[in-house]
Parts: sequence; C-alpha cells; structure tokens
Amino acid sequence: MDPIVQIFELIRLSDQVFFAFATLAVLGAAGTALSKNLVYSAFSLLGSLFGVAALFAWLSADYLSITQVIVYVGGILVLFLFAVMLTNKITEVRGSNPGVGERPAALISLSLFGLLAYVAVKTPWKTLPEQTYRETTASIGDALLSTYLLPFEILSVVILAALVGAVIMARKEMKA
Amino acid sequence: MEQLALLNVGLKHFLFVAATLFAFGTYTVLTRKNAVGVLMGVELILNAANINLVAFAHYVTGTVGGQVFALFVIVIAAAEAAIALAIVLSIFQNFQTIDATHADLMKN
Repeated sequence: MDPIVQIFELIRLSDQVFFAFATLAVLGAAGTALSKNLVYSAFSLLGSLFGVAALFAWLSADYLSITQVIVYVGGILVLFLFAVMLTNKITEVRGSNPGVGERPAALISLSLFGLLAYVAVKTPWKTLPEQTYRETTASIGDALLSTYLLPFEILSVVILAALVGAVIMARKEMKA
Repeated sequence: MEQLALLNVGLKHFLFVAATLFAFGTYTVLTRKNAVGVLMGVELILNAANINLVAFAHYVTGTVGGQVFALFVIVIAAAEAAIALAIVLSIFQNFQTIDATHADLMKN
C-alpha cells in the first residue's frame, strides 16, 4: 500500500480534523502577515479566525466557537473591511499594505516563536488523565452569573463606554 | 507506532499553533505601515492567547474558567477594534492617509 495512505490511516479521525483546521489557522495568519494587499490580508484573517473557531469546538468550547464566528467574522472583520474601504481612495483599487523593517521584525518574531515553542515542548505539563468532551454553554452561563459576576458587569460598562467613545471620535466635527 | 506519537494531538500541539499565530501577529504589528494592518496583527495575537486559555482549560484544569476569560478577551477585542478604527478614521480625516509612519504631529 502507499506509505502516505498508511500513515494517514494511523492518525485518528479527530486528529486529522485538528491538523486540517490548525493548518487553516496558520495559513490564514501567514497570509495576514505577508500579503501585500490589505483586502487579501483581511480575508486571510477571516480564514485564520474561522480555523481558531474550529479549534475551540475541538476543545469542547462550543459556546466560545459560535461566539468567535459571530463576533469576529460577523462583527470585527466587517468593521475592518469598512475601515479599509473608507480610508482608501475609490480609484486606488490595490489597497496597498506596505511593510517596513521586515528583517529585524522577522528576527524578533522568530525568536519569540522559538522561545514559546521551546517552553511548550520542554515543560512537563500536568495534564488531566482523560479529557471529557461535553457541552459547556450552561456551565459558562452559571460561572458568568456567580464566580465572574463582577468582571462581567465591569465588562458591560467597558463596552458601553467603548461604543460611546467610538461614536464621538469618528464624528466629523471633532474640534469643538 | 512510537514515531507517530507526535501525531497524537495533545496540549503541546495547541500551544504550538498558538505560538505560530503569536509570531505572525507580532510580525504583522511590527512591519505594517497601514494602521488597519497593524490592528489585524493585534487580533492575531489576541486569538493566540485565546487558544492557550481554552487549551489549558480543556487539558489541565477541566473547568470553564479559561473559557470565561477567553470570552472576556473576545469582548475586549471587539471594544478595542471599534475604538481603534474610530481613531484610524479620525487620523484619515486629519492626515488624508492612514500610514502610521506619517502620523507624527507630536514628533520633536
């Protein structure tokens, strides 16, 4: 039999799903970082965020996965595309995304990646003996209204202040 | 079978994916001249942190605490994106560009 097919059959199906979505997330991030066109960057970010949402579902975080799709893909990404369209001249279709100082930046991010990967591989993490896959939406609701009630309320005030502040700052008549 | 242990997905794989996303996010923040591009890098970094939070909640603690904090991070990211894009639009109205290297009114 073909050796590649043989190896493929030895990987569990759930792990194959993980590798597929991890690849999607990483390739999307690479496209966001390296694309020369800002609109392409935004759509690569879409793929990356979608891959991360799938990884959340893999980690039995079903509520978080749906929230990721709704808030990021439905909200933040549309906001990004609006900002791209509003700040480029209509005639300038390219939506340029120039870079500066690529070489030191690559050095810094590569060394950060090396450090994080080294720590992730070398540390003897105390993992649970077995991981249970269960729905967590109800327990997140319970935790939000009991243990994490104060941060939850503070966060609602923060997002209200952010909305008001964004409206005030984006208005045309800034100078009073 | 031993050499395939690398392919049994565990905590380390998620930490590795998160580290990759974080590195790409850092690179984006450091290199982009376009302010909207810089914000995309920030979103990548926040997503890397979220993967770590959820992975540790699943593999180490077994509680929902990590997921709740990931939820908080998502809300903060939404607020941050709204504020930052308002600032970007304001910069565009004043400078007619969103090149982050040209907004240097307070330099010198």
